[in-house]
Amino acid sequence: MMPAPESYVTDGHSTQEPRQPVVVLRDLEKRFGDFTAVNKVTLEVRKGEIFGFLGPNGAGKSTTIRMLCGILQPTGGMGSVAGFDITRQPEEIKKNIGYMSQRFSLYEDLTVEENIDFYSGIYQIPADKRAERKEWVLRMAGLEERRLSRTATLSGGWKQRLALGCAVLHAPPIIFLDEPTSGVDPLSRRNFWDLIYHLAEGGVTVFLTTHYMDEAEYCDRLGLIYRGELIAQGTPDELKTRYMAEDVMEIACAKPQEALRLITALPGIGYASLFGSKLHVVAEKGERTPEEFRQVLEREGIPTESVERVLPSLEDVFVSLIEARDRQEGAQREFAR
Amino acid sequence: MMDRLKAMLVKEFIQAFRDPRMRFILLVIPIMQTIIFGYAVNTDVTDVATAVYDLDNSRESRDLIDRFARSEYFSEYEYVQREERVRELLDRGDVRAVIRLERGFGAAIRSGRPAAVQLLLDGTDSNTAGIVAGYAATIVSRYNIDVSTQRLAHRGIVPGPAGVRLETRAWFNENLESRNYYVPAVIANIVMVITMLLSSMAVVREKEIGTMEQMIVTPIGKWEFILGKTVPFVLIGFINVALVTAAAVFWFKVPLRGSLFLLFFGTALFLLSSLGFGLFISTVSHTQQQAMMSAFFFLFPAMLLSGFAFPIANMPEPVQWLTYLNPLRYYLVIIREIFLKGVGIEILWPQMAGLAILGACIFFFAVSRFRKTLS
Ligand SMILES: Nc1ncnc2c1ncn2[C@@H]1O[C@H](COP(=O)(O)OP(=O)(O)OP(=O)(O)O)[C@@H](O)[C@H]1O
Ligand SMILES: [Mg+2]
Repeated sequence: MMPAPESYVTDGHSTQEPRQPVVVLRDLEKRFGDFTAVNKVTLEVRKGEIFGFLGPNGAGKSTTIRMLCGILQPTGGMGSVAGFDITRQPEEIKKNIGYMSQRFSLYEDLTVEENIDFYSGIYQIPADKRAERKEWVLRMAGLEERRLSRTATLSGGWKQRLALGCAVLHAPPIIFLDEPTSGVDPLSRRNFWDLIYHLAEGGVTVFLTTHYMDEAEYCDRLGLIYRGELIAQGTPDELKTRYMAEDVMEIACAKPQEALRLITALPGIGYASLFGSKLHVVAEKGERTPEEFRQVLEREGIPTESVERVLPSLEDVFVSLIEARDRQEGAQREFAR
Repeated sequence: MMDRLKAMLVKEFIQAFRDPRMRFILLVIPIMQTIIFGYAVNTDVTDVATAVYDLDNSRESRDLIDRFARSEYFSEYEYVQREERVRELLDRGDVRAVIRLERGFGAAIRSGRPAAVQLLLDGTDSNTAGIVAGYAATIVSRYNIDVSTQRLAHRGIVPGPAGVRLETRAWFNENLESRNYYVPAVIANIVMVITMLLSSMAVVREKEIGTMEQMIVTPIGKWEFILGKTVPFVLIGFINVALVTAAAVFWFKVPLRGSLFLLFFGTALFLLSSLGFGLFISTVSHTQQQAMMSAFFFLFPAMLLSGFAFPIANMPEPVQWLTYLNPLRYYLVIIREIFLKGVGIEILWPQMAGLAILGACIFFFAVSRFRKTLS
């Protein structure tokens, strides 16, 4: 990891102080016609925090970020970024943020360097700092050798890095990254995260969306959004311990394929899957004890090495929360009829 | 402010000149248009293909036919022998006029009785037919004068002053060459089509390819963005004016009698309107295709109602009033008068004022509609 230029680390000390919220949403709402894409979302992100926004496709993640960045006007509620109101002071906000959109949005017909120069000008980086910032971005993104390439000729991963580079070029205190690592190979993703950590250590607040569960684990705090509503938020550990309505067990046994079939067929099993050579089973709370599983399997002649209750994975939590939400809504619809 | 505008301009120019399609639009199209209007579009009526159907075949009839043939307006195509052939030639469009002389033409002239010559015209192109009829009338009246003079001379009378003789001199375009009229006007056409079409794509293109989203989250100001998007087209407009003017003057020998500076000044005023319209279209469109359609939707009536090809004075009165809203109308007058009449601002100021007011309204309206969000 290479060091950031000084401008980035100036308020590193502030991590010691109690952190004030820098992104605040209160009942934020966005409707498109009579479709509600973001429904009364309330949350806070503190300075220097890495906040992960998770949710299935179409949940409203991008829409939320776009409202915070002043690209879309909210239709209800309020929000503030860096202390500025998103409806009334969007231009003030824009001086304090970097944004990387989900869809690549730099100029494909310009070269790497020309894109960087363009944004240097737009962000009014002082002339004496420009060269230094440019080199920093090129190095950070590993694009030094490709500085003269047309952006259109770069592969997906390189484009993402350049986009991130241009988003942090002006050293903004808050950055919004909408699926920054989609289409990036695992190694580059690791580098990407090193950089994000590095920025956060320097006091930069990171608000990002992702579909990758391993990335969610790297976040300080997470928010889960589903059909426009924020249905859970907290640190990854909080989510795993507080929100999981089911028990999660891990079973090590012989003939895992056969065991999987047996267990899936049992009543009260939410979900079971093979996880390496082990079975990962989500069962209704208190419905089945580890001992019962052992008995069921051994009755069928499958030797069982171990059955233990484990901490759910984030994926378990999300699937569980979403299913619970679907059941609840289904019930409400029934009731309404 | 300057940093951002400069960054915008650098980027816009790189993009404009890197794109081969753009280079084509910028350089090839103006040259092509000039050549088309310089060579192909020719509304001068000369050498009209004419068939002769002489049933008389006397000295007198041959004399009259000869006068037609010697004028530069008519050229003999064929001596027709049969009635059906006349129809055939006109039907096929081989000739546009037929001169027909009845039997007894010469005898009538000799005995001083009225004689008739028939001129059959292809009236499909009513404009040309009218002009041809005018030429024929001149030739025939000349012939009449000569015949009566001769007759009087025969009786020993020297004719006195022969009444009124019309002497026509065309000012500003002495030889009435349509090229002189159309080639300068090509400037107006090209400047309008190119600047409006390109500027109508400018903003919507960024919306369509997604780069607008990134622009919106930068602190760039509305005016910096708009100027960045329009100033390059002002320059492109000027380059077009220079190109077409050079071609007109050096290649087609169209006279440029007025001030080149005034021509550019008028262009700048006109660009306010055309870029204003372009910007407006770009702001309200969602796709480039939509923008292009809207631009053409405006361009065609603007051209038809500008006086470029069809004189405004011949239009119905309500339509004439409508043309006052058409910036091209003013610009065409400015261009043609600077080229052919060489007049200055003392004559052209009403046109310039019209353009300035119209342009300012359109441009500021477009700017007021521009929003730095995607909603
Ligand atoms: N401009 C728009 N007009 C109408 N509907 C829209 C508009 N933008 C987004 N939507 C709808 O709002 C919902 C939320 O979209 P959004 O892009 O925020 O989802 P997302 O969570 O980012 O999904 P993904 O993971 O696929 O990126 C979707 O159903 C989408 O169709
Ligand atoms: Mg999205």
